Amino acid sequence: MKEQENVKQGSLKKGQNKNGEGKLVPCLLIGISVLFLLIMLVFPLVEVIYRSLKEGFEVYQNAMTASNTLSALGVTLIATVIALAVNTVFGLCASWLLTKFDFRGKNVLSTLIDIPFSISPVIAGLAFIMTFGRVGWAKPLIDWVNEVFGMDISLVFSVPGVVLATIFVTFPFVSRELIPVMQAQGSLEEEAAAMMGAKGVTIFRRVTFPHIKWALLYGMILCTARALGEFGAVYAVSKARGKTFTLPLEIDALYMAGSSDSITQAFAVSSLLVIMAVIILILKQVVEYRGKREQ
Amino acid sequence: MYVEMKHINKNFGDYEAAKDINFGVEQGKMVALLGPSGSGKTTILRMIAGLEQQDSGDVVIEGKVVNDIAARDRGIGFVFQNYALFRYMTVYENIAFGLRVQKAEKQKIRKRVMELISLVGLEGMEKRYPDQLSGGQRQRVAFARALAPNPQLLLLDEPFAAIDAKVRKELRSWLKEMIEKVGITSIFVTHDQEEAVEVADEIIIINEGKLEQMGTPTEIYKRPKTSFVAQFIGTSAILDDFSGFKGFEDLPKGKQAIVRPEFVEAFKSDNEKFRSLMHATETGVIKSIAFRGSYQELTLEVNGILLSTNRSLERRSVKVGEQMCVLVYRAYILDEEDTEIHKNKLLKGVDIEAL
Repeated sequence: MKEQENVKQGSLKKGQNKNGEGKLVPCLLIGISVLFLLIMLVFPLVEVIYRSLKEGFEVYQNAMTASNTLSALGVTLIATVIALAVNTVFGLCASWLLTKFDFRGKNVLSTLIDIPFSISPVIAGLAFIMTFGRVGWAKPLIDWVNEVFGMDISLVFSVPGVVLATIFVTFPFVSRELIPVMQAQGSLEEEAAAMMGAKGVTIFRRVTFPHIKWALLYGMILCTARALGEFGAVYAVSKARGKTFTLPLEIDALYMAGSSDSITQAFAVSSLLVIMAVIILILKQVVEYRGKREQ
Repeated sequence: MYVEMKHINKNFGDYEAAKDINFGVEQGKMVALLGPSGSGKTTILRMIAGLEQQDSGDVVIEGKVVNDIAARDRGIGFVFQNYALFRYMTVYENIAFGLRVQKAEKQKIRKRVMELISLVGLEGMEKRYPDQLSGGQRQRVAFARALAPNPQLLLLDEPFAAIDAKVRKELRSWLKEMIEKVGITSIFVTHDQEEAVEVADEIIIINEGKLEQMGTPTEIYKRPKTSFVAQFIGTSAILDDFSGFKGFEDLPKGKQAIVRPEFVEAFKSDNEKFRSLMHATETGVIKSIAFRGSYQELTLEVNGILLSTNRSLERRSVKVGEQMCVLVYRAYILDEEDTEIHKNKLLKGVDIEAL
């Protein structure tokens, strides 16, 4: 009875929901969540930073400027930038296709895009070796291309392989963010623009893009985060430390070396990824906030 | 004919949206495509616009077959059901869009947009975004936006569906007035017969992808050509055999008859006004009374047949179960091809209008 009165008067007290459960339940849930996050995320991350600086700043600096680290940073950045560019274009095309057109096999295509979400990255990497490696069926094709164009590209155990593996594991991110937004928008505004004489490019630039830009940016951020941290798929196709290793592989190698120095170095390099992650997290928050405000 | 549809067919899988549709619209006319939902009327409109491609048949605009001309090159204004205003553009930018696409001069654009804004009465709202407007205002923007590039034909898909009932009537007369003022040929889709009757010069009735009848509102109301039209326009009772009714004994047996509420009169047996017509009445019992605002709708059972009639609230009150004298002035008899009006033969020589 009392609950009903509360609802009627619209005078719910803070922390009390409509069922009148009081403050206990929200407090308990907040407590559990915070505890979980502290144990699983915050403490380990703080530990990384702490360990990386334990031996003094000089050791940290040395670890950062080691040639292996710089090479790994370079490979990581190359792979991330290319994966981001490719997947942004691919994501836009795929979501445009899946939301604005009707065709046979649409559901199959939509499911195929999600494969990298469900398959283990290591398997993806191994599949690349099987396809493009020395015994792979596509090897003659690559040889032919190299011969004709006078190039020396090899797709496994090389930087192009790392890039391909990174693209593979990150390709659903952009389209998965765009599809719901584009679906909700429907195609009426595009049709209206077409009726007024606008061509495809103008329609995209003036009507579709303003609508999807925050979702696109959000998808790109998620794609970047995943590309920076990818381990499994890259591990399968990259074996040369100082040449084709990415930051996560370099960290693993340092840590596996086992000496107390190298372990400290591993933490130092890790801190680099942690810092990047924090920056991305902040960007993500900003994009989310601005996107919501504009709705 | 300004717009012509010739033998248009269109299927979506198993669903036949248009079956051999033929009609023509004269220049300057306002025509309604009327039909129940799912009848294919919107598909027909979209095929005229070029947003949908017919499977066979020709769409002719101004004497030119436009089958292979893309929507953007047909020069048609289109008002969408939920207006589809560009939500990231202001009112001004929305209306200017079509002109900017044509790369018109800035000053000309400004002049035309301001002209349209004042035509639709939205002065001072140029900088607002669509979500800051009411439903009626949005419709005005959609209308102005469609007119901006000076189309020769305006198509409107359920232009009033997204507006609440109170504003709808007002907007209806506003739109009719505007279209007359601009003098543009227009075709609009609606499922609301009241709307079609009120706004359109001519009505095309569509059912299950077929064109049932085309004509002025009066023609369609007075001479429905098919049983669907007779049932769809106005409210009516459909009776399998009406030849048993007093005054209709000459009717052909086994043909369906349609009796509208306005064809039926019910009065108390002591009514002085109808004294002279008593010989043509049957006795009926009131089965139900529904309040319809300014009148009551009575459903009466007469010889096992249910008939309804409208009764003014000014008349004496009646109650369920009461016996009434029931008089039927006329009925539609349905044929395969046409409908025929049959008058009550006992009322020959009686001036019904004088009653």
